[in-house]
Amino acid sequence: MAEEMFYWQALNRALYQQMEADDSVFLLGEDVGLYGGSYRVSEGLYARFGEWRVRDTPISEGSFTGLGVGAALLGSRPVVEIMTINFALLALDAIINMATKIPFMSGGQFPMPLVVRTPGGVAKQLAAQHSQRLEQTLMNVPGLRIAVPATPQDAWWQLNQAIRSDEPIIVLEHELLYFSKGEVDTQVEAPPMHRARVHRQGADLTIVTYSRMLQVSLQAAEQLSAQGIEATVIDLRSLRPIDWDSCVQSIEQTHRLLVVEEDSSFAGAGAEIIAGLSERCFYLLDEPPKRLAARELPIAYNGTLEAMSIPRPADIVAAATDLCQTKDAI
Amino acid sequence: MDRETQLKLLKDMLLARAFEERAAEEYTKGNIAGFLHLYPGEEAVAVGVLNAAGPSDYVVSTYREHVHAMLRGISPDQVMAELFGKKDGCSHGMGGSMHLFDRQKRFMGGYGIVGETFPVATGIAYSIAMKQQPEAVICFFGDGAVNQGTFHESLNMAALWGLPVLFVCENNHYQIGTEIHRHSAVAEVYKRACGYRIPARRIDGMNVLEVYEATGQALQQIYAGTGPQLLEFETYRFRGHSMADPGSYRPKVEVEAFKDQEDPVAIAIRETLPCYPSADEISAAGPDVINKLCSQMDNLGHLDNRQLEALRSEVAQIVDDAVAFALASPEPTLEDAQAYLDCNRQQEVLI
Repeated sequence: MAEEMFYWQALNRALYQQMEADDSVFLLGEDVGLYGGSYRVSEGLYARFGEWRVRDTPISEGSFTGLGVGAALLGSRPVVEIMTINFALLALDAIINMATKIPFMSGGQFPMPLVVRTPGGVAKQLAAQHSQRLEQTLMNVPGLRIAVPATPQDAWWQLNQAIRSDEPIIVLEHELLYFSKGEVDTQVEAPPMHRARVHRQGADLTIVTYSRMLQVSLQAAEQLSAQGIEATVIDLRSLRPIDWDSCVQSIEQTHRLLVVEEDSSFAGAGAEIIAGLSERCFYLLDEPPKRLAARELPIAYNGTLEAMSIPRPADIVAAATDLCQTKDAI
Repeated sequence: MDRETQLKLLKDMLLARAFEERAAEEYTKGNIAGFLHLYPGEEAVAVGVLNAAGPSDYVVSTYREHVHAMLRGISPDQVMAELFGKKDGCSHGMGGSMHLFDRQKRFMGGYGIVGETFPVATGIAYSIAMKQQPEAVICFFGDGAVNQGTFHESLNMAALWGLPVLFVCENNHYQIGTEIHRHSAVAEVYKRACGYRIPARRIDGMNVLEVYEATGQALQQIYAGTGPQLLEFETYRFRGHSMADPGSYRPKVEVEAFKDQEDPVAIAIRETLPCYPSADEISAAGPDVINKLCSQMDNLGHLDNRQLEALRSEVAQIVDDAVAFALASPEPTLEDAQAYLDCNRQQEVLI
């Protein structure tokens, strides 16, 4: 019973379903209520569930995220919306010092059913302060899980799972994905929240990616196919934990690894992915693994420079072609 | 106030003092490590506030929270064991001195980052308000915390939505080594609450009876649904900020003045001891009554003096037992630590 819908609609449906099923679920954030959410994700929820469960907050990211932590201590299931991940920097104390530490330092007395939803990524000329990715900032925190849904189907599955979970979870969305469309089957059983998904099978190389770079990688894979290079494209769907097994299984077939990320490369997600896979399957690789990431620059307002700052299909094609140069020789 | 309540407050303060002084001793012996922030001098605040609190109220505290934890019913054994980092501690050795937790006792944690108690308490209050429970959250913080953004953000939200929080400022006049006039443009903390239309009072935090009564009044209003309140208790810590701090930045005369005249334990003792009738009053009462009253007063007087000594030895024994318990408790294992982190993983198995 698949239905085509926007990514934001999939999130909206998931919120609706969870709030309908459980009174302890509530949503809070800037303009989530009367306004319906900056990206329409909470549209209609205020009218249905009222102000206590769909709470418009002041511009106080640090404290309303901390409010979510406090409410979670009493068994409520807060879903905190932070308008963009750039603002989440103001809430890192609540996320890192509180949400991930309380379950542990209380000796396991307090689960932390907190969800923080926030979009990251380069959108359309929003300039340096509104274009960060920052997943690398959150990845190095034990006790924190990061889901990165790339399709409406994953958005539906993963937000539902995140709200039901008792762990603190960041659901990292993407501003350019909210109005992307895809099939969503609300009846089919969801895979585990952190299971990677293989979107395309090819024998020549494995492209490991996540979030919006999935779309970009799939476009590149089509172009590569026209050149006679067949790529497997894996969407990680989760940056902590990472589904290593799915990646290793693919590398067993392809022996080449290209990681595509929208964040900067230095000490980033790609660094972790390549390190983790090198530890697991170094001798399966025929070529040194490659990373394709954003430039080590803040994002410029200028549209041309902005586009050049993050991987484009042509960049992926070039990197993959380079990686596969020795293919015929072997 | 009835005598029983006064005796209870006195006993709590004596235990608080004895426990903390012993913790200092155990720190110097090496049984306690890390940061250890002690409470001597400030006992009247926690004892007054938490004796006035209801059993179903929640408490969020700072890193100087051993006394608060014990007053909420966490046993001195469990608190001392936690300071020792042992498995039988109230946080099973994961938290230590600054992070005491007890879910059952509604002790929602000691927080090590200044200003964190505000949003946590506000969130607990939000959850209470959603469920429309007749409960309150008591949020402790020091004078140094009021310059964090979370103070203003949280007070704003608590007032905006009428949340049941009692904000309790333990104003000991120092943020570590910086005296309040050097860290706050307005040194009267209670005045800041009016910016968020939160009723606020400043109380002598060295007088446990005043603390107790002011807290009781504020909580009654909060239970009635009138929204948050703020109480500022002026107090003084006799020791440095932590065991690593000799507190040498404070004028000796200031410390001595508080210790001699304002010691809250001394005040509580003074106020708990009964007033004896004068010889003239006794003789004016007539022979039969005189004998009777003399005998009663004498008995009562002796009882009280003895009782005071008995209380002192009782708390000394409690503290001795707590140290013995802590010493005997096992160390937590690495497996325990992993299990505590994963307490919220439900049944899910990760790949």
